[in-house]
Parts: sequence; structure tokens; C-alpha cells
Amino acid sequence: MSQAKKRKAESQKLEAEANEGNVIIQFTTSTGEATASQLDVPAGITPEQLEMLLNNLLQNDEKLPYSFYIEEQELASSLGSHLHKAGMSVESVLKVVYQPQAIFRVRPVSRCTASMSGHSEAVLSVSFSPDGRHLASGSGDTCVRFWDLGTQLPMHECKGHRSWVLALAWSPDAQYVASGDMDGAIFLWSPKSDKPVGQCSGHSKWITCLSWEPAHKALPSLRFASASKDKTITVWDVSTRRPQFTMSNHTMVVTSVKWGGEGLIYSASRDCSISAWDAKDGKLVRVFKGHAHWVNTLALSTEAVLRTGAFDHRGQAPKDLQEAKDAAAARYKEATGGLPERMASGSDDYTMFLWSPSTSKQHVARMTGHVQTVNQVCFSPDGRLLLSASFDKSVKLWDGVKGTFLATLRAHVGPVYQVAWSSDSRMIVSGSKDSTLKLWDVKTRRLKVDLPGHADEVFCVDWSPDGSSVASGGKDHVIKLWRH
Amino acid sequence: MPQNEYIERSIRLHGRRFDHEDRKRKKEARQVHKRAEVARNSIGLKGKMLTKKRHAEKAQMKKTIAMHEEKDSKRKADDGAPQNAVPAYLLEREQVDRAKVLSNTIKQKRKEKAGKWEVPLPKVRPVAEQEMFKVLKSGKRQKKSWKRMVTKMTFVGPGFTRKPPKYERFIRPTGLRITKAHVTHPELKATFCLDIIGIKKNPNGQMYTQLGVVTKGTVIEVNVSELGLVTPGGKVVWGKYAQVTNNPENDGVVNAVLLV
Repeated sequence: MSQAKKRKAESQKLEAEANEGNVIIQFTTSTGEATASQLDVPAGITPEQLEMLLNNLLQNDEKLPYSFYIEEQELASSLGSHLHKAGMSVESVLKVVYQPQAIFRVRPVSRCTASMSGHSEAVLSVSFSPDGRHLASGSGDTCVRFWDLGTQLPMHECKGHRSWVLALAWSPDAQYVASGDMDGAIFLWSPKSDKPVGQCSGHSKWITCLSWEPAHKALPSLRFASASKDKTITVWDVSTRRPQFTMSNHTMVVTSVKWGGEGLIYSASRDCSISAWDAKDGKLVRVFKGHAHWVNTLALSTEAVLRTGAFDHRGQAPKDLQEAKDAAAARYKEATGGLPERMASGSDDYTMFLWSPSTSKQHVARMTGHVQTVNQVCFSPDGRLLLSASFDKSVKLWDGVKGTFLATLRAHVGPVYQVAWSSDSRMIVSGSKDSTLKLWDVKTRRLKVDLPGHADEVFCVDWSPDGSSVASGGKDHVIKLWRH
Repeated sequence: MPQNEYIERSIRLHGRRFDHEDRKRKKEARQVHKRAEVARNSIGLKGKMLTKKRHAEKAQMKKTIAMHEEKDSKRKADDGAPQNAVPAYLLEREQVDRAKVLSNTIKQKRKEKAGKWEVPLPKVRPVAEQEMFKVLKSGKRQKKSWKRMVTKMTFVGPGFTRKPPKYERFIRPTGLRITKAHVTHPELKATFCLDIIGIKKNPNGQMYTQLGVVTKGTVIEVNVSELGLVTPGGKVVWGKYAQVTNNPENDGVVNAVLLV
């Protein structure tokens, strides 16, 4: 027998030994409360069997999926071999933290079902509606286009802008799309027609980001915030198309604006600071300092639920407005679990900060590891994980609560521009300058599918909230739809 | 031969006849008819030549008219949106020159098969064997002359060792060997010093290709991994072809243009 074979046999034997015997475990929730009493389980128990056991203990009528963590390491193989690998003792009581997973599963996209051409310039933004039924795209040819997702054909071509359409945002009730352009004009569109609903003018320079008021605060959506190169953030009234108030304390271009779920508006700027504003009257609440270079991007842990509002993962929402508002509030409460929302910011100083913006102006964690500009950060829809896309060709995965580093996803050969989560938080898609999209599995932290097809840089990626399709657009003027 | 500009002098002194302009106009107006008559009546080779000339003139005239019409016709004013749109997160960032994804592997392979490239220098001056090689005398009495020395720049692979003298028909002098080329990317308008991977084709003949002779017009393969070009499939391109644009043996360096 050769050396390698011997060693392999030995390790197999050790592992088999590790799976023998019993281990005493204690199920705990993520907040640290113990569930049921201590259990004596065989060491060879698998996560699936643990899941079955936990479902019985909790007396769930329907079987719910859970993931298990032992000292912050996710349990991937059987319990005994996991302990063996991590070198943990089997003699003390093991705390097994369980976290519920999304009850629905998003199927991984694997092929390009449609290349939709129409734009005559680079596609700068694509966005699915909160109910997942419409797709809007903004381009350098000054058009906003709506696409029919059923037939995968163009629906409306909306002309009105005089320059590149840089930012695009759907209202959480899926009634409006706001689009901002290079001249500083903002147009409001309805997915039902190609005529603008209204125009908001006031910014003197280009619009970098748009964000709507969350559905659980106001339904129908009546206000949105815009960030601009002219150093201001303006909150607009949709019915009058007039600015309600303008907020300014930044001294350089405002790169990102997010309307939080707790009555605050957050803005990041290239002057290295982040500000929080009161959404009622636009008073400055807090300034977050810490970054040493431009702040490029902001992300909220509640972003996915704020984006979808009252729509659940099937794209269904109550018809009645009050009911829908209540549904949105319930969904928001469920997503946060009563905890304050968290915010992450990515910067040109190659680091990211995790904040708890509604309570403190001190950061929770500083995340270092990237060796180039961080272009986008994104919380998973369940808020537990944080994803960062960087120009150093890598995507990194972080713990969304504590900010600890989890994994680096490498395969792109060019800067990664944009990332998007699937709505069940189990997959990630990333778009890069190297003209490909890549689909990653969060559990295994490996590349799942490589999606080549674009002829040039991919500028924007979005995963539909109902999980059925991924849209991407780029410098090659086409929008591609990817499905299972 | 007129001894002086007497006509001009006369005009200066006495002026033209009073009906000069009129006569000129009439002559010009008659000219077309006259030319038409000549064209109608000329036969044979002269007729053919004249017809060809008049046809070319007519085509030229039409083109000129079309050009003027285009200039005069009113066009829609430009909507002012500049080309090459970039998303908000790339605005005001110092951009590295962004080459399009240039290489199309299939296309390149097809061309390779045919052994033909659309090259910047389609024709090169043929180099005679006498110019390419210098005859070396060998043997005890220096009366054998089967040895040749290459007088042009050559590329030899990295693991090259010379053959024993008895078998070495072609000597490639070390002073004329090169491993690097200054390659210009025609779209980026930038030049890079890149490693040569191999000689793809020397237009003067198969033998020179095999010998690795680099003359003007030679297609060489260079290592472009530094440029960061990517295929549509997302793979990094590392070998690309370039054509030599200078006379390396005169200049001591190889300048080339990337074939895209």
C-alpha cells in the first residue's frame, strides 16, 4: 500500500471513529435562548436528521428548513466529523445554534433565455419591480425601457430624458419607476404606459441614486429621495412633483441614498462621511465618520423587505391599501425580529464598516480584507450575511451581524461591479468587467454556474424578488435574462 | 515661346474687348455640346477611352452633388447624449483605457486555418536569399560553402541550444536574437513591451518561418496577458498575433501592431 493510500485510509478510519459514540447537544436560538432540554444524540447525526429532530421538538406542523452552527461554524457534514475537523471536545455540552432558512427555494439560474436588444447604448441600470412582474432598464441612449417578462420582448420605450439614465428605482407598491439622468432631471414613469407621469427638476448635476419611502411607513408611495452630484439629497413629493425638503451637509458628490425602515434617510458621500437624516423634516440626526476615502455604497439589512414592501415571495400583496400597509409592517417586523436595522458602507479605502445607525454613531465592526475599491455591499434578504463586490476581482462574504469574515469567492478575472442575492439567501450572482456573470452557492461557498454571454462589461445585475429570473445589462447594449 | 507675359501686359494696359465676358460665357455654354459631339463621333479605342473618362467625370460630379446636398439638408439636432455611457459608480473615476472585448476565438481560429490575416502591411518587399543569408566558408581548406549565417533578426525559443557545428547549416547569431517586441494596440493607441511567443508566419517563405527570422511584415505571436484582454467566455487571452512594422535588422528593436 502506498503512503498516500495509507494516509487516506487512516483519516477515513479516524473519521469513522469520530462518528461513533454519543454527543450531548443543546439547541439554542440565534439570540442565545435554549430550546428544549439537552439531548444525547449519536455523533454520526447529519444536519438533515438534526433538522427533523428540531422540527419535532418545536412541534412544527410543517417541516421547516434550518441551518445549524457550532461556534459560528456552519454544520455541513455529520456532527462527529465536524467536531473532528474543528478539533472540538465531544465531552462538554455542545451548543447548536439553529437559524431558520427561507421556506421557499429559488432555483439556480443556468442559461440565458433571452437577449433583449433595443437600447442603442450601454445599459446602466436594470431593476425588477417589487412584485417581480416587470423589468425596467435605463441606458446611455437616454431611454427608459420596460420589458415584458412573459414574452421576453420590449413593452414600452420611454423617452423624455436628455442624457444618460443613471439611476432607476421602483416604488415599493410597484406603481411608479423613478429615473434620474446625467442632467439632474428625474422622471416618473408608470409601467402601464410610455408617457412620463411627471418630471421633477431641481438638481443641477447628475443623479447618482434614488430611494423610495418604505411601504410600511406610507402606502401608496408618495415620497422618494434622490442623491446628486450637486452635493444635496432631495426628498420629492410624487403627487406635486415638488421637492419637500433638501438636505445638505456633504461637501462632495453624494454617492448613495437609502431610505431606512425606522424613519431615517441615510446618505453616503465622497467626502468620506455618512449622514442620517430625519425623514419627516430633513433634520440631520447623525454623522458617521471613519472612512478614509470616498464612501461608494450603502446597504441596509432590511433592504430586501423594504424593496418588496407588501409583496411576498410569490409577488402577492393584499389589494386593500390599509391591509397591504399592515402586511408590509408585518413583513418588516418579521425580517428585523424587533432589532434595530444595520447598515454597511463600502469605500475607496478598501474597507467596509458595519453600523447600527438608529442607535449609535460608533461603528459595530470594521471589515478589512479587500485590496481594491469596494464597489458594492449587499445584505442577504434574511439580513444574516453581507456581501461585498470589489475591483480586486473578488467577492467576499461576511457575517451580517458581527462583521466577521467568512469567505472569499474568487473566479472573476476582472473587477466585480455588481452583486445580487437570490430572495432565499442561498445564492449570489455577480457581474463583472470580464463580461461574465457568476452564480455562487452560499452554503458551499463555491462557484455554482458560470454564465458567459455578454460581449462586453456587465454594468448591472438584478435578481427578481420572486426568484424566477436574473437580468443583466452592460456595455454591449443588450439585456440578458437568465433563468433555470 | 513667348518672351514675356505680353498678353497680361496688354490686358493691363488696354483692358479686354468689351464683349469678352459675353464671349467667354457663350463659349463655355457651347463647350458641353461640342464635347458631346466629339464623344458621339469618336470610335475605336479613342472612343472607349473618352467614354470611360466621361463616365468617371459624371460619377465624380454626382458624388460632389450628393455631398453638397447632405451638407445642406437639415438634420435633427444632436440630443447631446455623449457616447460610451458608464454607470454612476464609474463616473469620475480614472479609467484605464478600456479595450472592447476584441478577440473572438472562433474567428481567430478560422483565420489561422486559412493561414491568412488581414494585416496592416499586406505587401512586403521580398527579401532575396542572398540578402538573407551570408555564405560561410568551412572545411580545413576553407573551400566548403554549405554553411549560412542569417543576417536578419531571429527569434529562437527559450530552450534553444545550437546544433553541433557539423550539422548546423544555419547559424543564427546571438547578437541578432530578440525575445521582446514593442507592440502597439491600434485601438488603445498605446504601446507595450511584450514577450514574443513564436513566429507565426514570415511572408518570405516557410523556411524563414521555421528559422524564426523576423523581418518587416512577419506575423509574430506575443504574450498579451498583461493587457488583460478577455474572451466573451471570460477567459484571459494570453497569445495574440502582431505584425512587425519596422525593419528590425536596421533598428535593433522589433515594433509591431496587434492584429485585432
